[in-house]
Amino acid sequence: MNKIVSKEYFSSNVVKLEVEAPLIARSRRAGHFVIVKVGAKGERIPLTIAGADTVKGTITLVIQAVGNSSKKICNLNVGDEITDLVGPLGQATHIEKAGTVVCAGGGVGVAPLLPIVEAFHDAGNRVIVVLAARTKELVILEERMRAHSDEVIVMTDDGSYGNKGLITNGIETIANREKIDLCVTIGPAIMMKYVAALTKRYQIPTIASLNTIMVDGTGMCGACRITVGGKTRFVCVDGPEFDAHQVDFDEMLMRLGAYKEVEKH
Amino acid sequence: MTTEELIASRRAEPWREALRKNRKNKERTDIPRVRMNELDPVYRSRTNEEVNLGLTPEQAMQEAQRCLDCPSPSCMDGCPVGIHIPTFIKQVEAGRFLDAARTLKETSALPAVCGRVCPQEKQCECRCIHLKMKKEPVAIGYLERFAADYERESGQMSIPATAARNGIKIAVAGSGPAGLSFAGDMAKRGYEVTVFEALHEIGGVLKYGIPEFRLPNRIVEVEIDILRKMGVRFLNNCIVGKTITYEELHDDGFVGIFVASGAGLPNFMNIPGENLAGVMSSNEYLTRVNLMDAANPDSDTPILKGKNVAIIGGGNTAMDSVRTARRLGADRAMIVYRRSEEEMPARLEEVKHAKEEGIEFLTLHNPVEYTGDENGRVRQMRLQKMTLGEADASGRRSPVPVEGAIETIDVDQVIVSVGVSPNPLIPSTFKGLEVGRRGTVIVDEATMRSTLSDVYAGGDIVRGGATVILAMGDGRKAAAAMDAALSADRLNSV
Repeated sequence: MNKIVSKEYFSSNVVKLEVEAPLIARSRRAGHFVIVKVGAKGERIPLTIAGADTVKGTITLVIQAVGNSSKKICNLNVGDEITDLVGPLGQATHIEKAGTVVCAGGGVGVAPLLPIVEAFHDAGNRVIVVLAARTKELVILEERMRAHSDEVIVMTDDGSYGNKGLITNGIETIANREKIDLCVTIGPAIMMKYVAALTKRYQIPTIASLNTIMVDGTGMCGACRITVGGKTRFVCVDGPEFDAHQVDFDEMLMRLGAYKEVEKH
Repeated sequence: MTTEELIASRRAEPWREALRKNRKNKERTDIPRVRMNELDPVYRSRTNEEVNLGLTPEQAMQEAQRCLDCPSPSCMDGCPVGIHIPTFIKQVEAGRFLDAARTLKETSALPAVCGRVCPQEKQCECRCIHLKMKKEPVAIGYLERFAADYERESGQMSIPATAARNGIKIAVAGSGPAGLSFAGDMAKRGYEVTVFEALHEIGGVLKYGIPEFRLPNRIVEVEIDILRKMGVRFLNNCIVGKTITYEELHDDGFVGIFVASGAGLPNFMNIPGENLAGVMSSNEYLTRVNLMDAANPDSDTPILKGKNVAIIGGGNTAMDSVRTARRLGADRAMIVYRRSEEEMPARLEEVKHAKEEGIEFLTLHNPVEYTGDENGRVRQMRLQKMTLGEADASGRRSPVPVEGAIETIDVDQVIVSVGVSPNPLIPSTFKGLEVGRRGTVIVDEATMRSTLSDVYAGGDIVRGGATVILAMGDGRKAAAAMDAALSADRLNSV
């Protein structure tokens, strides 16, 4: 069960795992996530699915080693099994023919963005991808993105690759030259906050895929709750995608730090 | 044989008649009700060890003598799973403890669980004949626990008899009390039962919700193991409606589905500050501690251990949460409840235990706001003082605010325990499954059948939020009805 069939390092701390999970591979859609737990005393953490192969019966996960639990997953090798893997969870991305769609991803958020890029492209949209990373070494999946989009713009904080600047600079360049009908963004919460602020100014409808603290991930614990348009919503069952202009990102950022001082190492 | 005939024939067995004649009813009713042996409150409020220690064989046999072995036992009317109460009690009185355990298992898949967490005072015991004589009822729950524990500890666990396998595949969504009870009854009837569980552990609320000090996990494990031995298959990490859809269950040959997916989304009060860090649902708090073992240093799951902890609500889950907070080191662990203690839905035993463990009860108080520090962590709660007004729809006097009476109390953790709404996963993925206004699955009350003819449902997904035993009763009822429907189909197709 849940055997790892391939492992690839995207960078020193970003790993791509292909995991045997035939039932999830069959039923998942772009935007879905899984809950992963490593070891009997492991923590349940949510990971957005970055792709699936229904013939091989596998799903792809891309993980950045940041905390104890994500490091444990990154340390697994081909042949190892993930103790517990459950999904697909959440609502799938609503794919439609919108026109010009900008898909803006930062950090490991680029990985779950890939199936969304593919789906919007397959639905006949003009898809422009903005990939953002701190530095050249952290830019991932660029070739795959190019294969499924009309244009890829790479932004690096230090200018070591592509254009120098933030993800918002990339989006703004596009907005200043053509009409954008929809923006989809996945990445760190702080990044999505600024993307949302920018696209609001340009009146571009924007979807953000949120990654919050979860325990069960099935609509039971409420740890993932956020405020959207003044109402409490649950990322695990109502999301993970929401209208970015309605999300209270400041509250979300604060809630993401709720266990910072007691996190185990 | 009808249930009435079975009761009468068992009661007429010679050994039982002799036992009845042994003692006059007056002698029986004069025996004082047994007191449960418990851990010392000071000691127990710092450990997770089970509070109730059970009865000794001598205590149990004496308590069993109190039962008058009524010809039409009203206690049984109060039991949702129809345990043959006088039969098992008289077996205890006769010292036939293993027989008593077998009697329990005829109709209950989880006797050691029910003996611990059932609100007997609202089910069987409140119908006991002793109450009519102004005496305390027979301690049916304690005796149930005793018989089940005795059997388990004897190492001679009996496996209930099962009919020959009929090859008919039945799916159960959820492995909590409703699902387990249904699975046991269907396995007894010869069906091939597979229980699908979304979490990584089998047992549902018995594992993630009810704390170790009230219901140890090892007790739950043993009862689940009996079901395994009866042929029930368990599949964890599999969400019906998501991992495997309604249509795929049909493709895989399942002809009947019992939905027992339980309570889901926790309710919040929608007051300012409720999303501050440190404010959480009792589901989150208890799941971290019970399912994820977060208080154990070996567990990767983090837990907040507040020093001044407020639990909002007055139900059993609130009591479980507040007593857990105390055990995790809270100096001040408080229940904040908007009505008075009289209206509290929690079991009397839980309230008593909580008080003994130093829990403060702020009744007639209702939170109106939480405030936090610069990091967004909860630091204070503002409580509105309440008074009781007219009776409301529930028959309880409804709380009304006392104008201007606001109190501010320092807290570093708040656990909101004001109920749950049904889990939305299955209702949102089964096409044609009708749900009520509050998201509960609509069923025929007599059969637990939903608007989809092959889908039955029970427990909190139907009730919204109830007890282990009511969920188990639903499971039994659904099993009987599904079996009748499938048997009729087979007769028609011959």
